[in-house]
Amino acid sequence: MKNIFRIAVLGVLGLIIQSCGNGGSSDEKSGALTSNAADRVYVAPGEHDEYYAFLSGGYSGNLTVYGLPSGRMLKEIPVFSQFPTNGYGYSEETVPMLNTSFGFVPWGDSHHPDISQTNGELDGRWIFINENNTPRIARISLETFETEEIIEIPHSAGNHSSSFITENTEYVVAGTRFSVPYPQEDMAIDQMKGNFKGPLTFIAIGDDGKMSIDFQLKMPGFNYDLSHPGRGDSHGWFFFTTYNTEEAHTMQEVNASQNDKDFIAAVNWKKIQEYVQNGGGEEIDAEYAHNYFDHSTQSATTTMESKVLTVDPREVEGAVYFMPTPKSPHGCDVDPTGEYIVGNGKLSTDLTVHSFSKMLKAIENEDFEGDAYGIPILNFDSTLAGTVKEGGLGPLHTEFDGKGNAYTTFFISSEVVKWKLGTWEVLDRQPSYYSVGHLMIPGGNSREPYGKYMISMNKITKDRYLPTGPELEHSAQLYDISGEKMELLLDFPTHGEPHYAAGIPADKIKSKSQKIYRLDENEHEYAATSESETKMVRDGNEVHVYMTTVRSHFSPDNLEGIKVGDKVFFHVTNLEQDFDVPHGFAMIGANTSELLIMPGQTKTITWEPKKEGVWPFYCTDFCSALHQEMQGYVRVSGQNSNVPLKWTLDDEEIN
Amino acid sequence: MKKSGILMVIGSVLLLGLFIYPLWNIQLEAPQYPDPLGMNIYISGIQGEEEFDIQNIDGINHYIGMKKIPTPAEMWEFNTFPLVIGGMAALGVLLGILGFFKVIGPNWFLGWLILMTILGILGMVDFNNWLTDYGTDLDPKAIMKLTDSEGNPLSYKPPLLGSQKILNFTAHSYPRAGAYLMFAGMLLTLVAWWVGKKATKGRS
Ligand SMILES: [Cu+2]
Repeated sequence: MKNIFRIAVLGVLGLIIQSCGNGGSSDEKSGALTSNAADRVYVAPGEHDEYYAFLSGGYSGNLTVYGLPSGRMLKEIPVFSQFPTNGYGYSEETVPMLNTSFGFVPWGDSHHPDISQTNGELDGRWIFINENNTPRIARISLETFETEEIIEIPHSAGNHSSSFITENTEYVVAGTRFSVPYPQEDMAIDQMKGNFKGPLTFIAIGDDGKMSIDFQLKMPGFNYDLSHPGRGDSHGWFFFTTYNTEEAHTMQEVNASQNDKDFIAAVNWKKIQEYVQNGGGEEIDAEYAHNYFDHSTQSATTTMESKVLTVDPREVEGAVYFMPTPKSPHGCDVDPTGEYIVGNGKLSTDLTVHSFSKMLKAIENEDFEGDAYGIPILNFDSTLAGTVKEGGLGPLHTEFDGKGNAYTTFFISSEVVKWKLGTWEVLDRQPSYYSVGHLMIPGGNSREPYGKYMISMNKITKDRYLPTGPELEHSAQLYDISGEKMELLLDFPTHGEPHYAAGIPADKIKSKSQKIYRLDENEHEYAATSESETKMVRDGNEVHVYMTTVRSHFSPDNLEGIKVGDKVFFHVTNLEQDFDVPHGFAMIGANTSELLIMPGQTKTITWEPKKEGVWPFYCTDFCSALHQEMQGYVRVSGQNSNVPLKWTLDDEEIN
Repeated sequence: MKKSGILMVIGSVLLLGLFIYPLWNIQLEAPQYPDPLGMNIYISGIQGEEEFDIQNIDGINHYIGMKKIPTPAEMWEFNTFPLVIGGMAALGVLLGILGFFKVIGPNWFLGWLILMTILGILGMVDFNNWLTDYGTDLDPKAIMKLTDSEGNPLSYKPPLLGSQKILNFTAHSYPRAGAYLMFAGMLLTLVAWWVGKKATKGRS
């Protein structure tokens, strides 16, 4: 019976797609492609792109860096997943980055990157990104392009409406998509309704970027999907879309799609901030990891935290309201002026736009149509600014060009639609290939968008590239949005599953990009900053090897006195101080990964030799003409042997 | 003689620019070094253009067995040159003042210039000798021993003046601000002599 129902739904959707599509263009693969597109995306060899784009990796757990308009991938930054390519999450220094209250978690699902802001404009200091599965927020430096900090979000599940940033980087928020018992407890699943909660966590950002949980708002157990901060006049507010206000605990596909309207939650965080500063809220038990990477010691540490401040939204007068918004809205997007809040009702053809000033008036007039768990529900008509009619089918997400236009993705009808703020008229529509999720305009969710390019991140790739078997990379498309009509310029494959991206003019960050780590600032406990400092130290069955690399040898390169059953720590310092001269380190049979060590850095990998013999190690990075010669040997003796520790270079002992 | 004395003083003082600015500069450009590695040669020592350039030049040069770039303590020149330049500047200023008060005639200025020119040439010869030694006295255990078509070991001597290809690098060797100030100063002392000469002639 259920299957028949589903087939019927699909049939209806099919019909709508036919009628909503942009007639005819679907049989021309290049669609809106313009004639001189190649020129406009061509970045000549040696030239730089105009924009950086940071795309989330979705189930890769990482963040990838692209250049626009070329669509060239520049880097993959490991964040929530182990990355054997450079040893992240394997090296002793970075293992703590992946610690959680559940222990070491080697993988994550990264979703929504957002760049730090000052006065609502991108300032390019850091980029934040959320992990959906084991709720965490990470901060990545835009000087080193490395993950510096990861904080776990306690009492949350499905950290999806995250990691969006207020206009002076006061807070990064982390919402809850899968409401859960708060705090966790053993209870019957069908008791969810009314008993589960959807906490919204506000993480304060220090001047040095350091994160700390300021408070957690104990919201009703809806599913908080996406969010955006207010800006300008609406600065001080945060808006969250919800779905499953039905609070269904099973077959949500159907059961969470019954209400005609869900809500956008409007949260006056300034009020709550004041409330907690005046001693409001209740400190409750929580268990969460806070991992911090210190650049001077080049090592991460985990601190387990045990308390969090929880705030009942009903206790703070005028802090939280619900705005009814049709059909399970996904994206929650605020225009650059801060006046319009767009709810992208993903099961509808229309977009609902709320007005911030009307919302304030409705609050003042207590124009409520009821309440949900004691939180006032504002009258739908009194906050409504307008509706974008028949935009397409399945609106997901909207960004802005700073010229009064908005761009919305429509997943089901697979297109991007440009419309005008205020008049709500549809100005243009272009197909996406296929089923676009989010889109990104550099700065498009800030007060100052750079409205030249837009990329769509598509969920289905199918035939866009040479086939590579059943599993395909996802695809993005680049559009020129500087003119009246959007123009499709380029397709490029992406890595993992980008859910969202953040872009910034290259000039804002490229000159700050670090070239090397200074050896004279290396305070790693086991660093050897010259060859004369290299040595071996035994501590029980642990052997610490202080090793260095320089083109093109290791010091020491002959090591003896290691025994089966030892745990060997190779602490490898790269003595180079030249840009882009990394060295690698790989040990035969290591159950860890390789190391890729940047100039001036120290990294550590462990090796537990299991067999007697003489075992080689080598440099994995083609560092120089003598790279092939960059190798060495470790002699492994029997458990009871008494071969003394001996470390040499060129047959000379080092001291 | 007043004008001539003043010119002599200015010309001599310009030599002191060598204490602030480099005398010479050698840049090494290669495909892998789009930002060339560079060393500035001062009268008191050699410094990298960028902080780690010397270290990186040494690192590359070890493959072909070249010695490390010397520190001031390793070359007597870096102690002697400042004394010579300082001494010559002081002497020039003294002569200029004496000329200004007509204690001495302009030919003393010419004498100073000839002495300075001789010292300068000796300095250049010495510098060139060092470059030759640096570029040809190679470690016999060098990783790469390259020979020319006749089987002789390659010389890695950078040019004294101009640009030259050495393996994958192109070396550019040119004077810098310190040298230009010195040349300008020496030219001024020549003018001082000439002006002084004309002035004394006119009076007699
Ligand atoms: Cu190497």
